[in-house]
Amino acid sequence: MIRSITQKKPEEEIERLLKGFNRIFIIGCGTCVTLTRTGGEPEVSAMQAELSEKGKMVTGQTVVPVACDNLTREFLSDFGEQINQADALLIMTCAFGVQTIARQLKKMVVPALDTLFIGKETAVGLFDEICTQCGTCIIGETGGICPVTNCHKGLVNGPCGGTNHGKCEIDVAKDCVWTLIYNRLQELGRLDSMRIYQKPRNHQGEPKPGKLKLPAA
Amino acid sequence: MPTKFKQALESGKFVVTSEVAPPKGTNLEKFEHHIALLKDKVDAMNVTDHQSSVMRYPSLGGCLKVIEGGGEVILQMTCRDRNRLALQADLLFASSVGIQNLLCLTGDSIILGDHKDAKSVFDLDSSQLLETVRILEKGKDLGGNELDGAVSFCAGAIVTPEADPLEPQLIKFEKKIEAGAEFIQTQAVYDLDRFKEFMDYARQFKVKILAGVILLTSAPMARFMNKNIAGVFVPQDLIDEMAAAPKGQAITKGIEIAGRMIKRIHEEQICDGVHIMAIGKEELVPDIMAAAGIV
Repeated sequence: MIRSITQKKPEEEIERLLKGFNRIFIIGCGTCVTLTRTGGEPEVSAMQAELSEKGKMVTGQTVVPVACDNLTREFLSDFGEQINQADALLIMTCAFGVQTIARQLKKMVVPALDTLFIGKETAVGLFDEICTQCGTCIIGETGGICPVTNCHKGLVNGPCGGTNHGKCEIDVAKDCVWTLIYNRLQELGRLDSMRIYQKPRNHQGEPKPGKLKLPAA
Repeated sequence: MPTKFKQALESGKFVVTSEVAPPKGTNLEKFEHHIALLKDKVDAMNVTDHQSSVMRYPSLGGCLKVIEGGGEVILQMTCRDRNRLALQADLLFASSVGIQNLLCLTGDSIILGDHKDAKSVFDLDSSQLLETVRILEKGKDLGGNELDGAVSFCAGAIVTPEADPLEPQLIKFEKKIEAGAEFIQTQAVYDLDRFKEFMDYARQFKVKILAGVILLTSAPMARFMNKNIAGVFVPQDLIDEMAAAPKGQAITKGIEIAGRMIKRIHEEQICDGVHIMAIGKEELVPDIMAAAGIV
């Protein structure tokens, strides 16, 4: 399943963002951030304790089922009074959730997390980036493994000189995707695919900001 | 008219290139000193482009200084910091001021350098940059538009002959040749028997190959490279030889080893020449060449 992978912001940054806001309502999410242990019940409770200790008044807290869903507005309506009393909402969800809530409530929102990437859980407790939504998919020629996403430099014509023993030059914990692609294509007997010269990429496949309108059915 | 460097490559002589690194700042004294020292010794000098992703005086500016100083220059150009507009514009500029040799590189990661938060570009890769050069030479740009005045370059690229796994590198190497690389400067090689195996394969291509030689300055430096530099493998016997050098004599030993290697490459005609990287100790390049007997 597609997951939004997040990490808690440094304490000092959250403190700075909350400066001047004394009454805080905290919102977590029951989906991705629960899985990554960055905005589920335990983390929201810990944040409540942390803020109280720092002299903030927590007017309430909740973990919405799916923060990025439009039903979040309905769910939060049960907390109307507690949210009204708050100067700001501290949101422990990914940026999708933060922005969904910001569009629904007339309150300042403060993200407690940084959204790192859109990925999936590839082993217990291990998350990997899978797709960067570039708009010009080339994985038909790379054995279904994406170099645009998984090569640190997004190279499409093979590895750089920094690859070493199948690992990336920036971090030995990261695989060199071109070794993975090579191994896969070799296994499939399709190394010829790797020999195809890839022209400079179209970086404007879908110019930012992405928008798509379906024609009337 | 082929460039002086291209003529040297075609002449069949043993070609020697070396690197000069522009300074961090505007004091060009040492840089100009290295140029003056090397201009009549080597066939061409590469001017590095923010090597190791460390911000420095630009490669283009450094190339102008080499030309001013009367040397033959190779512009190093990485894809890390400029998109295709900026790369093409710099190629137009280079061509207009008489910079005629070019080395196309992907570029190290931003994260390894001294501006770790910077945005990395990699709009093109090294093989695409080579292809771009060939398109600009035909009087067009990457957008298909006509140029008023084309460029002309002797363009090359790099390869890591001791990479592990090797075949993905070789596939890229062949793409670079297909994209128009006329010469290849290799990552440092120390195990010449292994390098000969690479050359047995590489000889089938119409490209000149200059073996990379990095001056060893100490045993710990050799171990550091083995641990941290991709595709560099200093065999244990060379590390032992460096370690056995008397105190204060490590550099002398390093010069001796580099000289010995170049001598063997030359005598056995293993490849077409060498690219000497003395990383920060460019003033020692003439000593290395003397030790190799190629002055």
